[in-house]
Amino acid sequence: MVIGLAHYLTLAAILFTIGVAGIILNHKNIIVILMSVELILLAVNINLVAFSTQSGDLTGQVFALLILTVAAAEAAIGLAVLVAYYRNRGSIAVDDINALKG
Amino acid sequence: MQAQAVFFWIFAAALVASALAVVSARNPVHSVLFLILAFVDAAGLFLLMGAEFLGMILVVVYVGAVAVLFLFVVMLLDVDFAELKQGFVRYLPIGAVIALFVAGELGYVAVTWNGSPTPAAAAAPTGSLTNTAALGRVLYTHYFYFFQAAGMILLTAMIGAIVLTLRHKPGVKRQNIAAQVARTPATGVELRKVPSRAGL
Amino acid sequence: MYDLIVFLPLLGFLIAGLFGRQIGVRASELTTTGLLAVSALLAWVAFFSVGLSHDEQALVVPVANWLTSGKLAVAWALRIDTLTAVMLVVVGTVSFLVHVYSIGYMAEDPSRPRFFAYLSLFTFAMLMLVTADNLVQMFFGWEGVGLASYLLIGFWYDRPAANAAAIKAFVVNRVGDFGFALGIFLVFVLTGSVGFEQIFAAAPGIAGKTIHLWGFDGDALTVACLLLFMGAMGKSAQFLLHTWLPDAMEGPTPVSALIHAATMVTAGVFMVARLSPLFDLAPVALAVVTIVGATTAFFAATVGLVQNDIKRVIAYSTCSQLGYMFVGLGVGGYSLGIFHLFTHAFFKALLFLCAGSVITAMHHEQDMRAMGGLRKEIPVTFWMMMIGTLALTGVGIPFTSIGFAGFVSKDAIIEASYASTGFGATYAFVCVTLAAALTAFYSWRLVFMTFFGQRGDWAASPQAVAHGHDGHAHGDDHAHSDDHGHGDHAVRDSPQVMLVPLGVLALGAVVAGVAFRYWFIGGGYEGFWKHALFVGSDNKILETMEHVPAIVSLAPTLMMLIGFAVAYYMYIVDRRAPKALADANPALYRFLLNKWYFDELYDFLFVRPAFRIGRAFWKGGDGALIDGLGPDGISARVLDFARGAVRLQTGYVYHYAFAMLLGVAIIATWYLFGGIR
Repeated sequence: MVIGLAHYLTLAAILFTIGVAGIILNHKNIIVILMSVELILLAVNINLVAFSTQSGDLTGQVFALLILTVAAAEAAIGLAVLVAYYRNRGSIAVDDINALKG
Repeated sequence: MQAQAVFFWIFAAALVASALAVVSARNPVHSVLFLILAFVDAAGLFLLMGAEFLGMILVVVYVGAVAVLFLFVVMLLDVDFAELKQGFVRYLPIGAVIALFVAGELGYVAVTWNGSPTPAAAAAPTGSLTNTAALGRVLYTHYFYFFQAAGMILLTAMIGAIVLTLRHKPGVKRQNIAAQVARTPATGVELRKVPSRAGL
Repeated sequence: MYDLIVFLPLLGFLIAGLFGRQIGVRASELTTTGLLAVSALLAWVAFFSVGLSHDEQALVVPVANWLTSGKLAVAWALRIDTLTAVMLVVVGTVSFLVHVYSIGYMAEDPSRPRFFAYLSLFTFAMLMLVTADNLVQMFFGWEGVGLASYLLIGFWYDRPAANAAAIKAFVVNRVGDFGFALGIFLVFVLTGSVGFEQIFAAAPGIAGKTIHLWGFDGDALTVACLLLFMGAMGKSAQFLLHTWLPDAMEGPTPVSALIHAATMVTAGVFMVARLSPLFDLAPVALAVVTIVGATTAFFAATVGLVQNDIKRVIAYSTCSQLGYMFVGLGVGGYSLGIFHLFTHAFFKALLFLCAGSVITAMHHEQDMRAMGGLRKEIPVTFWMMMIGTLALTGVGIPFTSIGFAGFVSKDAIIEASYASTGFGATYAFVCVTLAAALTAFYSWRLVFMTFFGQRGDWAASPQAVAHGHDGHAHGDDHAHSDDHGHGDHAVRDSPQVMLVPLGVLALGAVVAGVAFRYWFIGGGYEGFWKHALFVGSDNKILETMEHVPAIVSLAPTLMMLIGFAVAYYMYIVDRRAPKALADANPALYRFLLNKWYFDELYDFLFVRPAFRIGRAFWKGGDGALIDGLGPDGISARVLDFARGAVRLQTGYVYHYAFAMLLGVAIIATWYLFGGIR
């Protein structure tokens, strides 16, 4: 059985879907939401690397590298915000985070 | 070839299973641990695709830094996660519908896609060069500015995270290097004449 | 010269109206009055020069072109013939005297420049009306006097009653003016012109024409004349459109004398006389004029019997006398109507100004029940009032032409109404003869109540019973306020500046009839009027009225004596008689006191439905439809939309995430099934 591009893409799709479902299902827990975002980014990375390998072009891997960077930065900043928020409000329940409410 | 397929299935199954566990685990500590497992699986898949450098980076950066950061935060914050779990069931149907919808569409694309039926090349396409060297060649030439920009992003994130979390608690003794360096004998030493048999 | 007569008052209006504040009160008074004096003097010169000249053609003084549109050509021009000259004299003289009188009467009013500006504006508009050379210019003057009347009735704009009266006068006049305007349109359609010269020339040619109107054919000329007469009815306060005139007494008394007795209200009479070439060819219209005039004469006289406000009595008297004029016109004696207009202007203005003098003396008390015994205290006013009353009631020597002004003109109308063979003339004769008795009664009643007896004699008079059983208390209130009002104020006769105009008008009231009879309706008719008034070849009314039976000639005097005798008995001899009579016929009394319930009827028929329609348009049309769909609706929708958008912004992270995912799903679907492949 030959493992082709379609397999990787399908896997990425499943991973992406799991990440989306995670955001919706864990809508109260911001930490898990962040983790779900990481999963989604991971799915994107798998896509990029799969295409890169398939077409013999390294650009996809460069992009994946940049995405990794951004994801790391996002996680760092997100968690820092979370810590600061928790320090101020004593809670990280998403239901309480609605200062943007119109 | 056969071994590659076996490993793909192992990694893929583990990846899906651990991703599911990430979003459904009751304890966020477990979620983080499963996330680490998912990243390791993904690194394995990257290796299978010939992107060794990215695979290693994934392990180093994510498993070594990001996931641990998550772990720290989860354990640092005293949060009643059971409470946050409430409402999980309430949004299950709609979440499932949307997820299935998107998954269905993506799957449809994957199945009907016929752009290139040839199998993915296991080795890097750049001949004798290793994947890491090839990547470095393009990264430091063609994509130099992107690389610099990525570095700036990381720097910004680092400074931002420090600024956000750094806090000066009053009443805590700290080392003030500037003050130490600026000390002179005049300010640091006091000479006193001690009379005999009297003391200070 | 004619330009000066007409435009000097306009100059006075502009000076007093625009610069009244700068030049001060006294200067405004003197400017307007002085210019009016010049104008009045020139009017008399014009009167004699036109009346005595042998020039057969009317003199037309062009001023300017107004508008030319296709066949319609309207020019500003002054048409000077005998009819105009008579009106110039009446308007100029009375207006000048009223100006002089107002200097005294309005002495305490702070906004005198405005008052005199309005008076001059009115005079200008009235002169434009009477000198008009075409129907449109006449309409201009017609509306101008209406405007001035509105402004002057509402002169004391801080009184709600005055404002209401002003609006009422304006609105009721609109009804008449609507007819007038339609009449002008119809005349233009029929003759292709609005100029008098062309209309009169074309009038015989259109006599037989018919017009298709609302499914039936009518005589075109009759319809036109009736429409024009509708305007005259409004302006001259004839039956059905009379309701505004008594209310107009809310204005200052000089205004009542000038506008609502001597000049403006006679504009309708003037208009019918001016258009005599048309009316003479429309016998049906003339019959309507006769009947309406006779009804008004009788109706207004009956209402005048029981009124208690001194000015309202005279106002109804005016209404009644205007009816006489229309009877005179209606039976074909156009000069009779104008003659009565001429004499009436003097004695009615006199009566009003006397009433103003009485009111001043009584410190602005207008209720006659609070008066009495003023004969000794204000003797000059009393004698002036006597002259006016004698002239109004028509005192004179029967079978001759010697008598007060009203005797000469009014009796001629009564005789003419008997002599006429036109439709409705007999009815008119009965009405005006009875009205003569009623006139005498209410005139003498006014004099007796005001000048004879003792102060407060009538405080508990039967009139006070009008409002039921609380009449006694009501009367007591009046007596009380009377004492209060005069405890520290003596009742004095008016200053010279007010009495002199009275004297001049009294002179006119005495001699105007005798002096001018020969020219107006006697042997000098042809030489005086020339072609100003049109009389058909078979219209011999002025001759036949000389040959009526003796009893008819005597009838007005008899009636006058009966009226005087009844008034004398009821208000001098037996003072309980009025109350007894009122108690005996409460329904009739109340019917008369409430002016035949016309105000209530109109209120029910027109005013309240109009209010209802207005409210429906306001609430339904403007409020719900226009505002609802327009500004209010749009703003409300914006608010609704914004409220919805606000609800969208929950502030919850997962909602935003959810929306994002939804978007992703939609875009993916679109690419997949509908987008670019």
